[in-house]
Amino acid sequence: MSFFRQVSTLVWKDLRVEFRSREILYTMAFFAAMIVLIFSFAFIKEGQVVDGVVPGILWAAIVFGGTLGLSRAFDRERESDTMRALLLSPTSRTAIFLGKAIGIAVFILVVEVVVVPMVALLFGAPLFRDPHLLIATLLLGTFGFAVVGSVFAAMLLRTRSRDVLLPVTLYPILVPLLIAGTKSTAGLLEVAPNYSAIYFWIKFLLVYDAIFVVVALGTFESLVIE
Amino acid sequence: MTIDTLTVSALTKRYGFHRALAKVDLTLYAGKLCALLGPNGAGKSTLLGILSTLVRPTQGKISYGHNGSEVNAGSELRAQIGVLAHSSLVYGELTAVENLEFFGRLYQLGDVSARAQALLDDVGLGDKARHRPARTFSRGMMQRLSLARALLHDPQILLLDEPFTGLDRQGAAALARSLASARAQKRIVLVVTHDFEPLADLTDHVVVLRRGKVVHEQLSAGEEGFRYDELKEIYHRYTE
Repeated sequence: MSFFRQVSTLVWKDLRVEFRSREILYTMAFFAAMIVLIFSFAFIKEGQVVDGVVPGILWAAIVFGGTLGLSRAFDRERESDTMRALLLSPTSRTAIFLGKAIGIAVFILVVEVVVVPMVALLFGAPLFRDPHLLIATLLLGTFGFAVVGSVFAAMLLRTRSRDVLLPVTLYPILVPLLIAGTKSTAGLLEVAPNYSAIYFWIKFLLVYDAIFVVVALGTFESLVIE
Repeated sequence: MTIDTLTVSALTKRYGFHRALAKVDLTLYAGKLCALLGPNGAGKSTLLGILSTLVRPTQGKISYGHNGSEVNAGSELRAQIGVLAHSSLVYGELTAVENLEFFGRLYQLGDVSARAQALLDDVGLGDKARHRPARTFSRGMMQRLSLARALLHDPQILLLDEPFTGLDRQGAAALARSLASARAQKRIVLVVTHDFEPLADLTDHVVVLRRGKVVHEQLSAGEEGFRYDELKEIYHRYTE
């Protein structure tokens, strides 16, 4: 089986399992939506949105909701030990990792379909003025989060306090991604967007993703084999 | 690719200060069913984990022999290993058929659907049950599905950890037939068990582990395997 076919088989399996239960999607979407809603109470005063908060709120919702999904996606593999079943198969370990990361990225992107319009509506933010740049930012940021998050979730798979340790260990590594994501989004919301700055942050996200894909592929096997 | 022998030399596994296996030397042979016996905590599951490539030894060597030369560990080797572990290794949200079809695709099997149905017939999982999500299964049904998953790709090496757990008489008889068939087809079969009765007359090779060490190893004298009373006697002599 070709590498891409292995990855697509694994992604399709994750999507199929999730669409049966919808446990991760509902939990992530509800949590992310609640974050946006709560922030709307705090940062909208007398009909006016506090300056500069929208990008941070959007990315906070994505990351916190995404962390919930990440944790639950790997817990599911741990419960029936299906990660071991995948590692026992002749499927390349790289494909197993990428399949998992892409599956998680898809779940987060589905949640973003709810959260991004919600932010645009509640905060009156012109997020869809340059849709292709917004999509590029969200895609790269989401993929980077899924890749880095999958490494840490795999590392903590057999740890007792993994629910606490995951955000504690993951978020410092995500700081560059969050800075790039919020800066790019902030650029898109300016009255006169500085497109060279936006492109710079999108390229930053691309480089970040490339670096961490290489790091993740090199370390995944050693993290999951005892 | 056929694998004739599986040899471990000076195999040691430590988890921190705890030594799970201590310089284990062992050879398993194609066409011989080996019963791995021992008290709880002897290191049997750890040994199985290492042989299945899921656990790295701290020291020592494992070699998988094919016509006198060694087979490298990797995806080609993993395609020849079938494992039945304590946990089910199947997805609860998928049905029995969907689980087998998914794993069948990973093992690049032709006509996966037909193979899945045939195996589910062999393990005695009824037609209605096989189209239900696996999370609705009883312990015995889950064990049958796990066995089907382990046998799906017709592996050269079968590593079974307490395979009779949860099985009723019919299930145990079906499993015993599968093991006899694997033995006749010159597979390497290693079974960890506390339940000797189903393995009577099938076991050609007995290894007893205690505190991470091999305390006894014995091959059966002739073509027939160890009798039930012989297995019981070996177990009690070397584990008490």
